[in-house]
Parts: sequence; C-alpha cells; structure tokens
Amino acid sequence: MKNFVSMTLNGRARDDAIPGNMLLIDFLREIVGYTGTKIGCDGGECGCCTVLIDGKPRHACLTLAAVCDGAEVETIESLETEGRLSAIQRGFHEKLGAQCGFCTPGMVMAAEGLLRENPDPNEDEIRKGMAANICRCTGYVKIIEAVQAAAQEIASKEDAA
Amino acid sequence: MNENMPIDPEKVEPVKSIGVPMPLVDGPEKVSGKANYTADFVEKDALVGRILRSPVSHAEILSIEIAAAEALPGVVAVVTGEDFVGQFGVLPIARTEWPIARDRVRYRGEPIAAVAAVEVETAQKALDLIEFEYEELPAYFTAEDAMAEGVTPLHEKRPNNVERHVEYDLGEVDKGFEDAALIREGTYDCAEVCQVQTEPHAAIAAYDGERDQITVHASTQVPYYVHLMLEQTLGMPRSKIRVIKPHIGGGFGSRTECLHVELVAGALARKCKGTVRITLSREETFITHRGRPEQKTTLKMGMSKDGRITAVDTTTTQRGGAYAGYGTVTILYSGSMVFALYDIRNARYNGYRVLTNTPPCGAFRGHGTVNVRFAFESLMDDMATELGLDPFEVRRKNLLEAPTFTANDLMVNSYGLPECLDIVEKASDWKKRKGKMEPFRGLGIACSHYVSGASKPVNWTGEPHATVNIKLDFDGSLTILTGAPEIGQGSSTILTQCVAEVLGLDVTRIRIVTSDSLVTPKDNGAYSSRVTYMVGNAAIDAATNLKTILTEAAARKMDVQPEDVECLGEVYRAGSQDQGMTFEEVVYAALEGTGTITARGNFDTIPESWGGDKYRGAAIGGSMAFSYAAQVVEIAIDPDTADIHVEKVWVAHDCGKALNPLSVEGQIEGSVWMGMGQAMTEETRYHNGLGITGNMLDYRVPTIIESPPIETHIVESNDPHGPFGAKEAGEASLAGFLPALTNAIADALDIRVSELPTTPDRLMEIMEDKKRESRKSEKEKAGA
Repeated sequence: MKNFVSMTLNGRARDDAIPGNMLLIDFLREIVGYTGTKIGCDGGECGCCTVLIDGKPRHACLTLAAVCDGAEVETIESLETEGRLSAIQRGFHEKLGAQCGFCTPGMVMAAEGLLRENPDPNEDEIRKGMAANICRCTGYVKIIEAVQAAAQEIASKEDAA
Repeated sequence: MNENMPIDPEKVEPVKSIGVPMPLVDGPEKVSGKANYTADFVEKDALVGRILRSPVSHAEILSIEIAAAEALPGVVAVVTGEDFVGQFGVLPIARTEWPIARDRVRYRGEPIAAVAAVEVETAQKALDLIEFEYEELPAYFTAEDAMAEGVTPLHEKRPNNVERHVEYDLGEVDKGFEDAALIREGTYDCAEVCQVQTEPHAAIAAYDGERDQITVHASTQVPYYVHLMLEQTLGMPRSKIRVIKPHIGGGFGSRTECLHVELVAGALARKCKGTVRITLSREETFITHRGRPEQKTTLKMGMSKDGRITAVDTTTTQRGGAYAGYGTVTILYSGSMVFALYDIRNARYNGYRVLTNTPPCGAFRGHGTVNVRFAFESLMDDMATELGLDPFEVRRKNLLEAPTFTANDLMVNSYGLPECLDIVEKASDWKKRKGKMEPFRGLGIACSHYVSGASKPVNWTGEPHATVNIKLDFDGSLTILTGAPEIGQGSSTILTQCVAEVLGLDVTRIRIVTSDSLVTPKDNGAYSSRVTYMVGNAAIDAATNLKTILTEAAARKMDVQPEDVECLGEVYRAGSQDQGMTFEEVVYAALEGTGTITARGNFDTIPESWGGDKYRGAAIGGSMAFSYAAQVVEIAIDPDTADIHVEKVWVAHDCGKALNPLSVEGQIEGSVWMGMGQAMTEETRYHNGLGITGNMLDYRVPTIIESPPIETHIVESNDPHGPFGAKEAGEASLAGFLPALTNAIADALDIRVSELPTTPDRLMEIMEDKKRESRKSEKEKAGA
C-alpha cells in the first residue's frame, strides 16, 4: 500500500509514492540518497538519525515517511550556505566536537533545533537539548564547547547585521 | 620582489604544524554529512545480505537445509560454512573460527547461514525458511563452570577450556612478602563491557565475475587483516582482492580483527556474482562483540611502612567467549602491565583465559590492562589508608626512574608520571580538600599507562612496522598515501602535520589518501595505539627523504652544495642574501628527468623494546614507549538513592609531545569518559547465553546529562624515539577512572567497592549492609 506524500525536503518540494511502512530514515537514505543522516541503533536509542521536522528535532528512525505529508523536513545536507559550513557545523569542526563523525549529523541537527528555539542556552540547557544523542568518542566535553561557540558566532553575526 | 618571486624571502619561514591545535583534516566532511561510511555506499543494484544466527549456545550441527530458501523468488544466493575453505582469527596461532559455523555452534547468535536477496523482506523471509537441526551440548556461561572437572570442551585442543594459562615469577616474591610491613589481598570483579561504537558493523562486497576479483568496503580498523582473512577463507589469491576502509564510526577495538560480516559479504557476493551489502543491526553488533571480558582478579600486595611495594601476586581469570580472538594477547597484557607502571621487582602472575559459550571477547581500548589496573590501584589505596599514608605519597614511593627497564624487561625511556601526579594533586586542590569533604562527597586518585604500539607485530613478515609514501607531482601538491586507518582518532591529521612540519609547508598543501589496498601501502591497522608512534615516524622518514630530493634539486639549479641549501618551506635558498627558489620552482627542478616523485618512509622497532624473554609470551607488552596518566575524580553520592554524581575529573596524561593538542585533549577526554561508562553503568548481560542488553537503552552508555566536566592537562616527557617526542594519547587515561572512582567512594563512605559497574542498586546494597553491620555492633556494644 503506497501513499502519495508531498513534503518539503531541504527547501525543495517533492512528491513521492511511499510504502506505508517505510521509515523516514530509509526514505532519506535509500530512496532520496541523502546518506548524511545515519543509523546507529535499532530504533530510538542513539539519535544519529536526528532530522528537523517542522523545525523540531525528531528521530527519522521512529518516524514513518508517510506521516511527513505536508511537513517540512530538514537534514544535515541542508545546512551549508554557498558551499560554506554553517555556524554550528563550524563549531563542531573547529572545537573538535566531531571525532569519528558518525553521531555528528544527528548532533548538529539537534543543536540546530536547540539554537532555533533558544539562541543563548546555558550549559545545562545545552545538555538537556542534546540528551537524546549519544556520542562515543568525545565524552561530550567538546560537543558542549562546539554548541557554545556556534551560539556565540550566530549572536555576533546578528549583532553585526 | 620581482614578478617571478611573489614571496618575499625575508619574510618566509617554515610553517609550524607540530604542537599547534588543529581541527581534523577530514572534519568538514564529517560535520556536513558528506563523509561516507560503509553503509552509505548505496548502489542501486546491490543485494541485501542477512545472517541467520544460532538459537542455541552450544550444539553439534546435524543439518542446515537451505533448499527452500534458495527457491524463494528474489533470493539470489544462500551460503553456509561449507562455502568457505578456511578458518579465520587474528592470531596466526589461533585461527579457529569459521565465518559461518561448521560442525558446531559455540555461542548464541553465531552465524549459521546467510542470504542475499533483492530486498530486506525477502532476505528475512528466506532466513525463516532455513531449517537448522542440531543436538545441544552442555553450555558454560561463566569461566568457573567452563573450567570445572568433566566439562565438554568447546575446542578439541583445549580439554579444560583454558585457552591460555600465563604464568611468571619475577624477582623474589616470597622474600618480598617476608620483607613487607603489611600484606593484604583483595578480589575484584569487572563485568563484561562492549565498545558500542556508534556505527554498527557493515560491509559491501562487489564481485567482478569477468575478472574473478572482489572489492570489499569494510567498517574495520584493520583492512590488511581483512584482506588476509578474505584470502584464507574464500581461497582467493590476495592479488584479486581489494579492501577499502571508508570513514569509520569509531572502533575502540571492536574491529581490531577481521569479523564475520566482511567474510560473509564476500562469500555472498562471489556466489551471486554481484554486489552485496550487509549492515548489522545494533543487536547483531553487540553479538559480534569483541569487547572486554568479564574478569575476576585476586591481588596480594606487600608494602613497607613507608609505602614501598615489596611484592605483588596476581591471579586473574577472563571469561573469553567462544573463540580465541585476541584472547592470548589479552591475558598476556594483563600480566605484563599489572605492575609495570611502578618500580616493582618482585611479581608473580597467573592468568587464565577461558573459553565459554558467550560471544567472543576482543581488544577493547586499554586492551588487557584496565581490569587489573582497577584491582591494583584499589588495593594500593586501601593499604595506604591502613598505613596512614596519603594516596599520592604511596604512588610517589613506587615510581620508576627513566631510562630503565621494568622487571619484565619493558623499555622505559620517558616517564612523565611524577609530573602527572603533581599536576592533578594541585589542580584538584587535593591537599586542602582530601579527607575534609562534606558527608557523601569524596576524592579519589589513580594512575594508569599504555603501550605506544606493540613492538612485535601479530603477523611476522619481515617488513618494517610502518611504511608511508608521499607523492609529489607537477601541481606542487603533496599526497600522503598510507594504509593507516583513520577511525576518528585523528590519525590522518597527525600524519599530515608530521609531513607538513618536516617540509615547513602549510597543512593545506597536503592531502591524504588512506586505507585502500589498490593505492595505499600496506599497514597493520589502528590498534595498540601504534599509528601516531609508528606511522608518524614513517611519515617523518618519508618527508625527510622527500626533502632530501627537493634540496638536491634546488642545489643543482642554484649550483651550490645541497648542505648549503636552506629549506624555508615555501622557499629554498642558499644563504640569507639569496633570492632563492619558490617551492614550485624546486618541484619543477626535482621532476626533471624523473617525473612524478614518490618518497617512501619506514619505521621499525628496536630489539631493546621487544619485551625480553623472562617468560613465555613476555613480548606482549613490549613497546617503544609507554604513556602515563593520573586522574582525580570528585563525586557526590545521594544517600537515599546511592546515585553517584561525578562532579569533576582532573586528568594529566604524558603523551610525550602533543603533536596536536586539540586532538590529544579529545582523546584523553574520550578515554576518561569511556572509563566512567565501564565504572558506573555499562555491562553486557546474558540469560543462558542470550544477550539481554543488546541495545543502547539496556546497555547504559553515559549521556551528555550525567557526563562530568573533564579538566585535561598534557604532560610532555619527549620520548627519544617518538615522532617529535610523541607517545600514545588515546588509551592510557581510560583505566585510571575505574579505581579513581571507587577510591573516591572509599573516601566518601569508607566502603570499598570491588565489583563493577557500581550501579546505584549495587552501591545501595553495600551501604545497607554496612548500616546493618554498624547497628549490630552498636547493639553488641550496648549489650556488653
């Protein structure tokens, strides 16, 4: 049974016929070919597949693609502008918030969701905002620094504008 | 400045790369989602591979009927153990494992067949159609049961299921105990733990029927071993095999040996004459395991009044799982490293590596050293307390003095542990705070160490330990070609920095290609913290050789002697008044007559680092250098829930020289944190051999919520043989956390926790027992 689904994916409208039981993560990776979003567990454990659905961080592995009809979906592939890293991506790169990089797309999208909601989070709010995402390399120390650096960069750009 | 010379030689100087905090060279790909991991190579015509796993822990295989599965439309190939011609295993002395079980299954979840089909539903349906007939055998889930009298051996040549008994008796142990003012003994239990790297295992195999060649993408730390094992198990010439390691989502030792997944993908691809992708689930990744074994250690220590350790006697047993894997090496590491952190001359050891009907263990970060370190640093602390000595002082009493050899002939040329101790003592304000904390708060200290590469290779081939090539071509860019697997530890960045430093060039001139057997030199892999030390030295050697070629070319052009040429990175000149040549001009000069240049560099260990021969297996532990670490852990315990909150960790790590202080910090923080997971929450558990923690909710990896601030200090002892003085940075700081935590609990509650992990329910039970005891003794006092 296929569903006709119209969603906005990374700013582009698209229409797809999607099996009712297809997960958003499989749709993104196998059908669309956006492999930036990762699968690290068997469902809802690790947060590697975090994407934004209507601006909110969600597990793509716990979401049916069909329910995204009419929704705006954003993945890690959407963040760069003019071929340059976004402030959050730059924060993760420069502060070494990414080691192996496998949890990073999910982490970056969780941070994206957090900073849109709360542009100036304190450390505790960063921890709460990123709590659904597991990293096995960093001990989270530099992930917190990465998000802090990104928040500062965004704020300073907005001040300048 | 003329037009041909846009660079002002007055202002040119070699670019510094070493010691500079630098983001990873492959960071932009990782943060943008462009980095491709094995499962990301989505090929339109790839078939889905799935593995059928044993439902029993120990059984003779009577039959595996695959005809019905083969007949299912959409199924392209089904393989069993019969499709392989040889066994695999990382140690040449212990290749005992079939990629898919033959004759017998030895743990629940062991592969018994595999299917390639057009899509996942069909593959799953095909697995359900395979009929597995078996006759169950007695199964053993603890080391003790497996070693009992009259057991059924798991493997023919191991009648009592002991894979390896290691023993040594160094110095005069009995006399050492006679000389002691205090002798104490303790038993310490560590649960089995798993690496849980974020990327589940995956492999894609593409078979070219026209040429009888196979290309395998594998999520591995050891592409060369995968190459060897494909050759041996599939019976294909090694020249027909290509192994590529793309980006890897962490390793921590989980893929330090070839796994089933790569070999099964290879067999399926060959049988269906196509491309097969296998991505293991998280549960299957847990079953594949290769983690740290459950281990029981009984330690007896003698100490003089002033805290000198006079003798140590260690007995330790590891539940190794169903196959040898790295087991012999693990039990040897436990022995060679247990006392060698300190200056101890009298040491006895009995280590038992036991085969059990559980998934095979492997080489988890800190390989073999972590659980015995927990025992050692715990007992040392208790004895210091009993003798009224400060925990720092008792450690200082037993320090080595480099250069030296330990009692088991491990070569120590640099030893920054004294400085590590000084730093964390001061940073944590230990002297003012220790013993004066509020109730239910405590401070604990522990030390740890690790090798910088095993000095004797697993496979002895006569080749150097490491080989790096640098290609230089007409465009003036340099390409490092190395088999060294970048697995997230930052090795590609370190190698780039090493080459850049030698040539005085900016790192942006240099690109790196890693781990593709078609183009990169062979490398043994990312394990035993060997890459920075060994491959780093080879990279320096290659860059030095390239610099010689460039300097000679510049000398020819300038008509001077090579020794008169000064290399300033972007400019080569003869004397400070000389206009010099730009790097590009030197490159053109160098290419004249030869064309593209490939400079090679090698590294080899020296015999003094081979660990001697005082007992069988003494080479394991031998290394060119050891890293050292000390850490202080501060905790607060909730008296009602026994929940432990780690307030802060202060760690100092002697990495010889921080080639990249940013990534060194990242490695140390990650190690400390991983030690915290093992100490506090992580444990793989089984019910009659069935894994019951095969997900990241039941297997509790610490989240960002409970992860503490870690204050990292780098100590640079400048090892004489290390690349620019460097030693390993990514393993030593793990082990110290475990005993530092339990020493902090002892400080807070006067309770010795000797069983890990210290979950709140375990600690609560001990706290309740202690309350009962003290009430009882009060009553007795009142009665008397």
